[in-house]
Parts: sequence; C-alpha cells; structure tokens
Amino acid sequence: MTPIIKVEGLTHVYSEGTPFKKVAIEQIDLEIPEGQFLGLIGHTGSGKSTFIQHLNGLLKPTSGRVLYKGEDIARSKEATRDVRFKVGLVFQYPEHQLFEETVYRDIAFGPKNMKLSEAEIDERVREAAGFVGVPEELFQRSPLELSGGQKRRIAIAGVLAMRPDVLILDEPTAGLDPSGRESILSNVVNYHKASGATVILVTHSMEDVARLAQRLIVFHNGRVAIDAPPSQIFSRAEELRSMGLEIPKSTAIALRLRELGLPISPSVYTVEQLKNAILSLREEAKKC
Amino acid sequence: MLKDITLGQYFPGNTIVHRLDPRTKLILTVVFIAALFTAKSYISYGIMLLTVAVCIGLSRINLKSIFKGLKPLVFIIILSGLLNLLYTQGKPIVEFWIFTISWEGVRAAVFMILRIMMLITGTFLLTYTTSPIALTDGMEILMNPLKKIKVPVHELAMMMSIALRFIPTLIEETDKIMSAQKARGADFETGKLTDRAKALLPLLVPLFVSAFRRADELATAMECRCYHGDESRTRMKTLKMENIDFAALVLGIMLLAGIIVLSVFGL
Ligand SMILES: Nc1ncnc2c1ncn2[C@@H]1O[C@H](COP(=O)(O)OP(=O)(O)OP(=O)(O)O)[C@@H](O)[C@H]1O
Ligand SMILES: [Mg+2]
Repeated sequence: MTPIIKVEGLTHVYSEGTPFKKVAIEQIDLEIPEGQFLGLIGHTGSGKSTFIQHLNGLLKPTSGRVLYKGEDIARSKEATRDVRFKVGLVFQYPEHQLFEETVYRDIAFGPKNMKLSEAEIDERVREAAGFVGVPEELFQRSPLELSGGQKRRIAIAGVLAMRPDVLILDEPTAGLDPSGRESILSNVVNYHKASGATVILVTHSMEDVARLAQRLIVFHNGRVAIDAPPSQIFSRAEELRSMGLEIPKSTAIALRLRELGLPISPSVYTVEQLKNAILSLREEAKKC
Repeated sequence: MLKDITLGQYFPGNTIVHRLDPRTKLILTVVFIAALFTAKSYISYGIMLLTVAVCIGLSRINLKSIFKGLKPLVFIIILSGLLNLLYTQGKPIVEFWIFTISWEGVRAAVFMILRIMMLITGTFLLTYTTSPIALTDGMEILMNPLKKIKVPVHELAMMMSIALRFIPTLIEETDKIMSAQKARGADFETGKLTDRAKALLPLLVPLFVSAFRRADELATAMECRCYHGDESRTRMKTLKMENIDFAALVLGIMLLAGIIVLSVFGL
C-alpha cells in the first residue's frame, strides 16, 4: 500500500542568501502509513515545526519533496490547497488564531473554505465540537472571552471540522494543567479511533508520546535521529539523554533497578508495565 | 517570506563609523544634508561624492545593500531627473516634438539625480551603522532642550524604541497567523480585490488582539518595575562623546563651511 505521506530528501533553509541563513531540516526521508499514530519528539529548535509545515505545503522545500498518497503536493497551486484540507495542522498555541465573532463561526471557517453546503457545515461543526467537548451553549459566545483551555479546544475543533485524513498537532498541550492535557490527549485518541485518521503528535513530553504513539521519531539538529516503536526506543536511554531529551519516569526506574542487578526489561515505559515487571520479579523470587 | 523585508536595516559592525556616538552621526547627517543642498557647482558636487565614498568605505557597508536600498526609489529618481531634463530652459541641443533638451537641462538632471541618491545614501549610512536603540537614545538627548517648551521628549523616544522593538515581533506574529489560517484553507493570494480584502479579516483580528494583549502585558511589566517616566532615570549605556566624535564633527562643519564658501563664490 502507498503510504499516505512520503517525504523524500526534504531540506529547508531559512533566509537563504542572507547572513542569517539557517538550515532547519536536512535530508529527511520518511514514510508514514495510513492510520498510524506517530509521535514526533526533539529538543527545542530541532526542526519539528519546520518539518510538519511541509506536510501540508505551508512551507516550500528548499530541496526534496512531499508526496500525499503518492502525488507531489507542490505539483500545482490547487493541489497544494486541496492537501491543506486533507492534512489538518493545529499550530502551537492555536488559540491565537481565533478571530470570528462566535465560537460556531470560528469552527466553521475551515469547512466554509471547502465550499461545503450549510447543512454539511453544521453537521461537521457539531461533530468537531463534540470531539473536543465544547458544549453547544458556547456556540454563540465570542471565542475571545473564553478561558485558555476552552480556546485551545475550539481551535482544535476548527481543524477537526475539516475531517482531515491526517491530523498534525504541534504541542497541543503546551501551557495546560495536567487535567487539561489529559483531556485534550484523550480527545485526540478518540478522533484517531473514530475516524481512522493518521495522527502526528509533536510534543516535548516523552511520557505522553510513549503511552499513545505506535511509532516514535526523534529529531536532532534537523535530522531524524531515531525512528522506532516505543518499546524499543527507551533502551537507548543514554542516546536520548545526550540529545537533551527526558525518558519516561517508569523507564528511568526500570533502568536504575537493572543497574542494581535486577533482571528487569529496559523497554518498560508506562507505570502499568513497570508495576507488572516488578510484580513478576517477586513471583520469580518466590519460585526459587 | 515576510520576514525577509529588512526594517530598521541595522548591520552590526565595529568600524569607526559604527563606533561614533549616535548624536554625532545625527548631527553629521543634518550637516551633510545642509551641505548637499548648498552645493551648486561641479567642484562642490565632486567634494560631496568623495565624502560619501569615504564614509561608505570607512563603514565597510556592502555596496550591494546600498543599491538594494535605492531600488524602491528608482522611479522617483528617474522621474525627477526627467522633469529637470525636459523643463530646464537653455541652449537647445536636441529638439523633438514639443520637447527641447538643453545643456542646462542635462546638467540639472544629473545634479538632481546625484543629489537624491546622495541624500538617500547618507541617511542609509546612519541607519545601517546605528542600532535603532542607540538612534532613539541619541535623538532623545539631542531634543532635550525641547522639554523647556513642554514637548514630551522622553515619552516620544520611549514610544519610538518600543515600536522599533516590536516590529520584528509583529512580523513574526503575522507570519504565524497567516500560516495558521492558510492551514484552514484561507486564501490570501487569489480572488477579486473585495474577496482579498475580506480574506484579511482572519489575519487582522488575531493580530490586533495579540498586539493589544502585548501592549497590556508590557505596560504591566513596566509598572511592576516602577517605571514612571523620565524623572531621575539613569541609563545602562551612557552615551559619551570621544575624541573621534569631536574630530568627526569638526570635519563635518569644515565640509559645510567649504561648500558654503564655494557657492558664495559662485563655484
Ligand atoms: N521563520 C524562521 N526564520 C528563520 N529561522 C527559523 C524560522 N523558524 C524557525 N527557524 C529556525 O529553524 C530551527 C528549527 O525551528 P523549529 O521551529 O522547526 O524547531 P522546533 O523543533 O519546532 O522547536 P520547538 O520545540 O521550540 O518548537 C530553529 O533553529 C529556528 O531558530
Ligand atoms: Mg515548534
């Protein structure tokens, strides 16, 4: 099957030809199969945001290309614009982009640009609001007078309302409290399950991404440093630390226990797994 | 991209011109402009051209960046040259249709073009070699006497430095919001003029909202640090006139005096 997104030799240089020239990403090759839940991590400035803005054609590659379902997204202006509706991108701090007089109209902005019928738009707005838990009472309020967390949800709903096949979120939980983070992440998981869409989650939190993603990609200095499922990635803890990344607390505990001589697997990355691993240690101890 | 527009166009460096006190450079720019408008003869224009060339050389500014700065004004330069060429009376050399071109016309046109180009280059040299903050500081001190007649000099300078400080931030913000709206299918580039004006709404509203939010935050932050205007404020970097500043000023004034003398003698 053709991957839904394929990236070939992607390089992006900012301010080319000036003293402020900056190579943000370099020679990235990647295939993303349909329906995958992908986690993208990396230190500040490693090029994550630059990379994802290529996937819906907001940035033009300096060299290389991006294929959506096997076709170059930059082949024509129309194609690029079409891809924007298929590949939904939620920016960092998306609440700063709200502009309409009412919540309803803001969520409807994307579908309206798709030139859908009123009825279709209405259906999508309600559905998207449902996914992120925005109650209908808020529909006629001004988005500017809501709380930060609510604004964030509305902004995400604005992208979900386009029913994208690929949903990309750039640090959707930045600056939220733990319960706010948890609920936004579970909204994303629900959308992934319900729609079967491909999801790319950019985050700084190893904890979250290890728990949710099927595949993790680590960016370092504008290149893909590691590309592996969560179960394998954390056994390379030293490497991750050298790239300025945290490892999940459960993995840290497991690694420490190993150092102390206990035969525990290094690929533990959730509290649940850690609990089971420790309990099974006790079982084994009993047996002897 | 929007960001590539140079604004404030300061090129950091450490040449003599960069190191001059901003006040010196401001005064010299005024002196230079005065001399430029006094110059009338080939000799005085030659002296002015030489001065500009020496200043460019000393500041090590790339000629390319200077031409880049002149580019947007090419139309005005050519237009004023043409007007001078065609409408100056004198001994005709070519005549066609209703126009006559005279020696005096050619001379006036060349002088006009040179004058405008030197005027622009001179002021560019100021902004290329002086950071905006230093420039506003310099202006504030130079305008200090105006406080006597109740001109809020300090407040004006503060507003100017804040504005300069936030131009790049606002450009960045515009870029970001534009991308975010494009991601939702907004189209800023095609369509009729009215459509395009309407398409700006999703850009302008968030931009204003965030500008006001920033202004609010900045005001709070300034108040938290007990900012209360000019009274007994000291500076981290006090401007100090060095020997080279005085030397430069003397040279500048000699230039102006020389040009005035030349024009008095009709040269
Ligand atoms: N518009 C721009 N112009 C010039 N350089 C830029 C621009 N945007 C980003 N960069 C530079 O490109 C590099 C990669 O930036 P990018 O925003 O992709 O990083 P990131 O991984 O998303 O970081 P973060 O985790 O902080 O969001 C950085 O060094 C940054 O300074
Ligand atoms: Mg980023």
